[in-house]
Amino acid sequence: MVQLQVNGQRHEVRAPGSARLLDVLRDELQLKGTRFGCGENTCGACHVLVDGRSVAACDTPLWACKDRELTTVEGLPETLRAAFLAERAAQCGYCTSGVMVTAAALLQQHPQPSEEQVRAALDGHLCRCGAHNRIVRAVLRAGQAA
Amino acid sequence: MSAVASPRVQRTAAGRVQVRTGKVEIGQGLHTALAQIVADELGVALDAVDVLPVDTEHSPDEGVTSGSLSVQDAGRALRAACAELRGDAAQVDADAVGQSVAPRGLAAKLAGLPSYIHDLEPAGLLHGRVLHPPHTGAVLQAFDAAPLTTLPGVLDVAVDGALLGVVAATSAQADAAARSLAAVAQWQGAEMPDESAAQLQSLPATTRVVHDSGRAPVAPARVLKARYAKPWICHASIAPSCALAQWSEGLDRLQVWTHSQGIFNLRRDLALAFGLQPAAVCVHHVEGAGCYGHNGADDVAYDAAWLARSHPGRPLRVLWSRADELSHAPQGPAMVLELQAALNAQGSVLHWQHDVWSPGHSRRPGRSATPALLGAWQVHQAAAVPPSIDMPLATGGGAERNAVPGYDFAAVQVRCHSVATQRRSSALRALGAFANVFAAESFIDEIAHATQTDPLALRRRHLQHDARALAVLDAAVKRAGWRATARPDGHGQGLAVARYKGSGAWCAVVANVEAGATLKVRRLTIAVDVGLVINPDGVANQIEGGAIQATSWALLESARPAHAGWADYPILRFSDVPVVDVLVMPSREPSLGAGEASLGPTAAAIANALFDALGVRVRELPLTPERIVAAMND
Repeated sequence: MVQLQVNGQRHEVRAPGSARLLDVLRDELQLKGTRFGCGENTCGACHVLVDGRSVAACDTPLWACKDRELTTVEGLPETLRAAFLAERAAQCGYCTSGVMVTAAALLQQHPQPSEEQVRAALDGHLCRCGAHNRIVRAVLRAGQAA
Repeated sequence: MSAVASPRVQRTAAGRVQVRTGKVEIGQGLHTALAQIVADELGVALDAVDVLPVDTEHSPDEGVTSGSLSVQDAGRALRAACAELRGDAAQVDADAVGQSVAPRGLAAKLAGLPSYIHDLEPAGLLHGRVLHPPHTGAVLQAFDAAPLTTLPGVLDVAVDGALLGVVAATSAQADAAARSLAAVAQWQGAEMPDESAAQLQSLPATTRVVHDSGRAPVAPARVLKARYAKPWICHASIAPSCALAQWSEGLDRLQVWTHSQGIFNLRRDLALAFGLQPAAVCVHHVEGAGCYGHNGADDVAYDAAWLARSHPGRPLRVLWSRADELSHAPQGPAMVLELQAALNAQGSVLHWQHDVWSPGHSRRPGRSATPALLGAWQVHQAAAVPPSIDMPLATGGGAERNAVPGYDFAAVQVRCHSVATQRRSSALRALGAFANVFAAESFIDEIAHATQTDPLALRRRHLQHDARALAVLDAAVKRAGWRATARPDGHGQGLAVARYKGSGAWCAVVANVEAGATLKVRRLTIAVDVGLVINPDGVANQIEGGAIQATSWALLESARPAHAGWADYPILRFSDVPVVDVLVMPSREPSLGAGEASLGPTAAAIANALFDALGVRVRELPLTPERIVAAMND
């Protein structure tokens, strides 16, 4: 049993320490907001916060999360979500979870980032629908709202 | 066939309105727009309108959700159904249409709630993975599958012809088993030919004359010619394809859940593949990630049904890998385009010749004697691979889409040279329109340059018959500040305009680029006329998304037959995405689709801006640094 702290809640997890964090979140904890996109840490769809740092859950073993504070998209602040909704910052929305997680990490470090900082921070996240500019506006709006 | 379909629009006792459409939500906000139409027609609040899930048992068969036709066709059907429901009562004053509203389901997605087919988890769910051969026709080498069946959680290793699969209790166990299987499985057979754009014209072709009007001049003042090319392009959706299937205990009934664009067509081909009557198959549509054409959604449904057959009564999910998505899904085909124009002494076009070489752009299910499903071609009892075709121009065309120019040239001939490839071509966003508009709108610029005419003036001269084309053109150039100021070294501005399919939305694009070591697109200014606008922000989102996707195609993308992952199929990233400014023209004319109108004009505007920046004409996509340097050395 591994103890996992996710969105402020403690969970006893049955999966082995070598399990991918992505599978543990989606299949054992039933937190479906963290999306599978590539399984190779190349698209950003499955990012979560581990002690405030945005990492790919598909490339993070469960054992590395012991005694860490995890935040998934389900646990992000309402202000960020509201900013994305206000800017209608998605088409299909599949990449958005990972994007919001990285945005939350950026806003922690730089509460009012510049547009360039937002684009640089999100460069590891792929979006195929072309919602990029809306997403950037949403992150800037969330910065202003904070 | 299915039971009598429920009415398209129905009021419930609880005062809500239920909408049945056969058009599916593929990440574009279509169901939001349809709900707006119904709310307006019935004078009810938008929140009181529910668009019901789409399946082959309850929903009307409205064909494939494609071709930028859904708002106009399904919207018209719903307006008629609402009129019938209202009886004699006139349409009430309402205001849902014309409002920018957020796509339905967006709030749930932002909250991380289960929203996609990947998130469905019915009780007793099994997890499958399928290994397709590198290409259809490759032969699986004999191997010992027995050790794999002892892996943790593995219930089944399936071997059928060249197709392999594993079934396990959990997703992680299925992944592990698939990795072990991939390590021992080997296929043998001829390597896949590349069949790139450079090779298309050497393949056997069937030629058809698509359009022939007017007479070519006997003694033109001048004749110009150019050849353009576009490579194969991957759909490259962010989520790998995924489907669930469940057979009845007696194997006489099949249920499938997938993100297909055409659930009725898929039902027909699944029935063919598994020897069932179509009525014995029910296909449910569940949202996947953004869909831009005929991707792997139908194939993965076959894969799930194929594996689930050995586990009757149990639901089973198959999830493709990233490599599957970039290697086994159909691709948008390569095309070569030869253009020729005969000019008079004033530089006006007297005769325009447009020749297209291309594989067919449609190999969708539901249209051939054998199933158009990848796995069905690879099992032991293999079905013949149906040909890839082009629909007739009257229904949108394929390779020839937008090959007939919208300009008032005195004489025009368009020919399509259809080639058969082993590579799997099918419908990708805008089909042939992307390459045809890129070529034609580049060529117009070349004519303008050769005759020392302003490219805007030349276009306007030949568009006097089309007020709406002139309107978007004028609106875009005004907003962009068309060549109003001197451009610094390496900066350029380019223009393009087209009416999608010759019958859809009008779209004009001005691109501002900066050409250094690589070509950077800095700004796209777009004007679009889609008739009556249902959801202005929804239209802007589609136009802007299409333009950004087209920028990615134009700058970066060229697909090989297979790709291992994102590392070898790069797409445009946040830091390279241009500013996109979309002007949606107000109109009371009938609504037209917005999903595909901006792609062709965007690519052409970028190529024309590159020419303005550096004075070099790159006629083959993508516009890579290598091609730009090669064009400079020409």
